[in-house]
Amino acid sequence: MTAATVVFALLFYFATAVLAIGVGWRVYDYARTPAPLKIPTTPAPVTRGGVALRMLREIVFFESLFKGNLWTWAAGWMFHFGLLLVLLRHLRYFTQPVWGFVVLVQPFGIYAGFLMVAGLAGLWLRRVAVPRVRYISTPSDHLMLALLIAIAASGLVMKFVSHTDIVSVKAFFLGLMYFDWQPLPGGAPLYLHLSLVALLMLVFPFSKLLHAPGIFFSPTRNQVDDPREHRHVAPWAAGLDSGP
Amino acid sequence: MAADVKAPPLRTLPIAPDLAPGAMAGSKPYVATDKMQQALGFPGELGEGWQERALGKMGELLGKYRSLKVYLDSCVHCGACSDKCHYFLGTGDPINMPVARQDLMRSVYRRHFTLAGKVFPKLVGARDLTKEVLDQWYSYYNQCSECRRCSVFCPYGIDTAEITMAGKEIMDAAGLGQKYTNEIIGKVHRIGNNLGLPGPALADTLEGLEEDVKEETGADVRFPLDEKGAEVLLVTPSADFFAEPHVDSLIGYAKVFHAAGIRWTLSSRASEAGNFGLFIGNYDQLQKIALRIREAALELGVKRIVVGECGHAWRVAYSMWNTLAGIGAGGTDPFARQLQSQLDLRYKQPTHICELTWDLIQRGALTLDKEANDHRVVTFHDSCNVARASRMGDTPGGQFEIPRAIIRAVANKYVEMAPGTTHEQTFCCGGGGGLLTDELLDLRVKGALPRMEALREVADGQSVNFMATICAICKAQFTKVLPYYGFKMSMVGGVHQLVSTAIRLGAKH
Repeated sequence: MTAATVVFALLFYFATAVLAIGVGWRVYDYARTPAPLKIPTTPAPVTRGGVALRMLREIVFFESLFKGNLWTWAAGWMFHFGLLLVLLRHLRYFTQPVWGFVVLVQPFGIYAGFLMVAGLAGLWLRRVAVPRVRYISTPSDHLMLALLIAIAASGLVMKFVSHTDIVSVKAFFLGLMYFDWQPLPGGAPLYLHLSLVALLMLVFPFSKLLHAPGIFFSPTRNQVDDPREHRHVAPWAAGLDSGP
Repeated sequence: MAADVKAPPLRTLPIAPDLAPGAMAGSKPYVATDKMQQALGFPGELGEGWQERALGKMGELLGKYRSLKVYLDSCVHCGACSDKCHYFLGTGDPINMPVARQDLMRSVYRRHFTLAGKVFPKLVGARDLTKEVLDQWYSYYNQCSECRRCSVFCPYGIDTAEITMAGKEIMDAAGLGQKYTNEIIGKVHRIGNNLGLPGPALADTLEGLEEDVKEETGADVRFPLDEKGAEVLLVTPSADFFAEPHVDSLIGYAKVFHAAGIRWTLSSRASEAGNFGLFIGNYDQLQKIALRIREAALELGVKRIVVGECGHAWRVAYSMWNTLAGIGAGGTDPFARQLQSQLDLRYKQPTHICELTWDLIQRGALTLDKEANDHRVVTFHDSCNVARASRMGDTPGGQFEIPRAIIRAVANKYVEMAPGTTHEQTFCCGGGGGLLTDELLDLRVKGALPRMEALREVADGQSVNFMATICAICKAQFTKVLPYYGFKMSMVGGVHQLVSTAIRLGAKH
């Protein structure tokens, strides 16, 4: 058992715990905080099914962003769609036998890595080149893009430049999951890739990456437009009814 | 026209302006006096402990409003909203970009309420809530009309209006209130309406209107006040009682009720549809003001509650009255049942005056002479709160279709302004959200720029000479700013002003 194996094993346990507990806490916190008034951005769906469709369009196609800015939409969607395929492709490291659909997406997952980088590059270019977006960008916005690009690039390096012993990598991660540690193979790209992914997991619950769970709790998007038909009262406001 | 206020030039291409940092940093409305503050239960002035009060209120709001918490966390600085605000387009001040306006609060939120901001303030742009930061809040949260245009384009639905309202609520709790809004809220409680028109004066005004209409049409159109047993309680912005062009729409409502044979009444207790509690994001005030309508409805025993032409009032009435005062349907608690068992639930409660009129037109209950409006080429300005925070009719988008359908039924010449400036993407008039005050005229003129550009296009290209709208604030704001852009102030008016012109009384009943 190498030192690197122990370090990365502990790092991933820690990062997973922080990610799960951190995001879990935020989700719990969002869920328990009431939305006391009806504030859907109208026109809004008048049924729950309609709201589900609106959310689906928002999450799958980024509908509002499409209305807002085509360039940002294109780059953002490329990145997120690429990321989705890449994540699905990576499921093979955590499942044995590998699930059928994960096998199916394997070839697409490779190109998705490039799609991700292209999307991120587009987003970064916009952040630098458009004065309005440059004005609102904080150091953390740039670092987040750098982090994601570095993760994608180190991953692509292992695929196309300096191969990693992925069979052992898989054994390492399955070992983590079953508490039966297996050695992690060596290699700078792998160490870099894994360190950055752990870092991403660690910052997730404390950063703007909370937009991912956040959208599900956005009252302007997830509320049904039916205030005249149903009385909507938050628990803290119910006690305020003081009418005659 | 004030000499030092000038309209910015219209843009030849509708692209975002160059950034002009600090351009509007000096724009501030008058501060509320300690009396005005204390009348609403707020501290009279900043003074000792204001920062603790402000942060305490912010923590309270974060626990009460999911919108605030989620929106402060979720923004990724993508910039989709950055060129959507009319105040940014008109001033070029980068802090008038919705995201930057939100960041004024987000930076404080991060510093005082998040781990990242406590440990790495520089990295995530976190700032302490200092007096300088608060002054910036006061300036720029009073440059947002809470119109929600940015929220249409945000991939997470972040609504800057929610942030601005929280900002005003926090400032009020700290002791820094805005004079115009808070003074008016005081008047509503003391006198019954935003304009401070007492009951007897209102009765006089209405009597005068009856005489005017009699002279004009020969018909005995009534403007009843506090009549028990009326079917309909009409709640309308108090500007309708005497301001021009508002009063022409009030006459229009009265003619519609008269022609349809509906017994209606105004209420001196609820002689105001506007609810400025919304603008300062204060739930207590929102509710107190809304409860006046409930009390009036119970007192007068009406079966229906109808709301006149007013944008934010319709937002509060449509989206919030059921919550705040049990005016609506579907309530199962005793408080809601008390009123809801009195109301006739075959009708939508509350009903917008446009819903009522359109329903009558469809049933053929009104005699309309469209040619009477032939001297007008009409366009329609969607008011932000109606467009993006409410609905009319049964289907989404009814708030766009119904007013237009009425206009087409009463006028022959109707023209749309450019897509992207109407419907859900409509531009605010530049005077909403509690900014309709003279000391902010420069801001208001600049904020009207995108709407004025769209109007110029149809005025020059298609001879539009009348812009109809269904909001008292829009009407007042446009009356004031149109001349700065070379238009006549009489170009703006209400939808029911057009109805009033076309309607023929006495033929049907």
